[in-house]
Amino acid sequence: MVRVVLPYHLRNLAQVGQEVELQVATPVCVASVIGALETAYPVLRGTIRDHDTHKRRAFLRFFADGEDISMEPTDRSLPESVVAGREPLLVVGAIAGG
Amino acid sequence: MSRVRVLVGTKKGAFVCTADGARKDWKIEGPHFGGWEIYHIKGSPVNPNRIFASQSSGWFGQIIQRSDDGGKTWTPPGSSEEELKSPEGWPQGESNKFAYEGVAGTHRWYDGTPHPWEFKRVWHLEPSLTDPETVFAGVEDAALFRSGDGGKTWSELSGLRKHATGQDWQPGAGGMCLHTILIDPSAPDRMWVAISAAGCFRTEDGGITWKTANKGLSSEFMPNPDAEVGHCVHRIAFHPSKPNTLFMQKHWDIMRSDNAGDTWHEVSGNLPSDFGFPTDVHSHEPETVYVVPIKSDSEHYPPEGKLRVYRSRTGGNEWEALTNGLPQENCYTNVLRDAMAVDSLDDCGIYFGTTGGQVYVSPDGGDKWNAINEHFPSVLSVEVQTLS
Repeated sequence: MVRVVLPYHLRNLAQVGQEVELQVATPVCVASVIGALETAYPVLRGTIRDHDTHKRRAFLRFFADGEDISMEPTDRSLPESVVAGREPLLVVGAIAGG
Repeated sequence: MSRVRVLVGTKKGAFVCTADGARKDWKIEGPHFGGWEIYHIKGSPVNPNRIFASQSSGWFGQIIQRSDDGGKTWTPPGSSEEELKSPEGWPQGESNKFAYEGVAGTHRWYDGTPHPWEFKRVWHLEPSLTDPETVFAGVEDAALFRSGDGGKTWSELSGLRKHATGQDWQPGAGGMCLHTILIDPSAPDRMWVAISAAGCFRTEDGGITWKTANKGLSSEFMPNPDAEVGHCVHRIAFHPSKPNTLFMQKHWDIMRSDNAGDTWHEVSGNLPSDFGFPTDVHSHEPETVYVVPIKSDSEHYPPEGKLRVYRSRTGGNEWEALTNGLPQENCYTNVLRDAMAVDSLDDCGIYFGTTGGQVYVSPDGGDKWNAINEHFPSVLSVEVQTLS
């Protein structure tokens, strides 16, 4: 199972805890993980990436195994530690605003 | 006994305030959607327990929420547990999808150059007067959307955005937003919308085709002050029994039309300033109008630090200050365009909310004011439902 940590407001929106576990088909990449997340929690569609273009929203970033992978191609395989569920994929909101 | 339910949208969540017809003792519930901006929250006139809310954030975009129990519980339309299990397979997770029809094209940016149309948020939700499943949404960048399934899916009424003048529309200081939707009770296919900064538009066919309704408006900040579009209309309002008579708070100027927006004339009269955002009409007196003047386009607070609602009982031109119960010194809040509402009780109740977090009610048409609460987050919108 792939683990995903969501920011506070998206947890509330999806009515889940800090972390969700997802069955993700291979290859396990950002695109397939977010796809599985949106399938399990349809209310999150459009909140992390655009409905149609799948472009990441500007104030969100993705971290895996301690690395910021936000700018990498979303079809690139995630680190083995995330694929195996030892580490979560982090969806992080920018610290900004008031 | 009649009751009222006041729906307050703020920068950090929504609040539902209820009281009996005396409108003195208030029960406040919320925040709903804590931490999110609630640009607008409004109930269906057909089914008052059905309420729609526009929830948005710069981080996560647009969410539409719906309550079917008068604001106690909420779900994004189409994503309730029952609907997700439905064998019919309702569209899921599409209640926040606002896709422009076809190629979005460009409008003018602040510097006059072409800029792509980009959806940002829903500013205003206007439930149908006849069908609880139908609701209209005014969005930024300016366009009108319609849902016929209770907010589960949305489609653009693209005739407005594709109007011949669309490429010349420009954003106002708050963005290029469609912020006002009026539906004629006597002819529901007839609607008006207002866009900042394009102007006022009218349809007679349910939103398929539109005509500009800006003749008589004059805006000195424009190269051609009397141009067909480009006017920063802040708000329009009418009395449901007299839909041909429209009142407008423009960037500057209070305007009035007696022919459904074909032509306008100024009725600012003796106001201390004719800059402001909201305007509304008394629910039983079609010629009684309310505005909240602020000092100027550069100084968004009341003149002299005195929070004064102004009332005209003559359809404009002659205005009286309403001050009883409102702060008359050191007050520097603003009242935004969607933050004023009227109930339909007798006496008519007037409500408004401020950027300082106060929501005031006058249960007697404006003569005396009381605070429902003085410590909400900054108020973006106020609506009221009169319940039997």
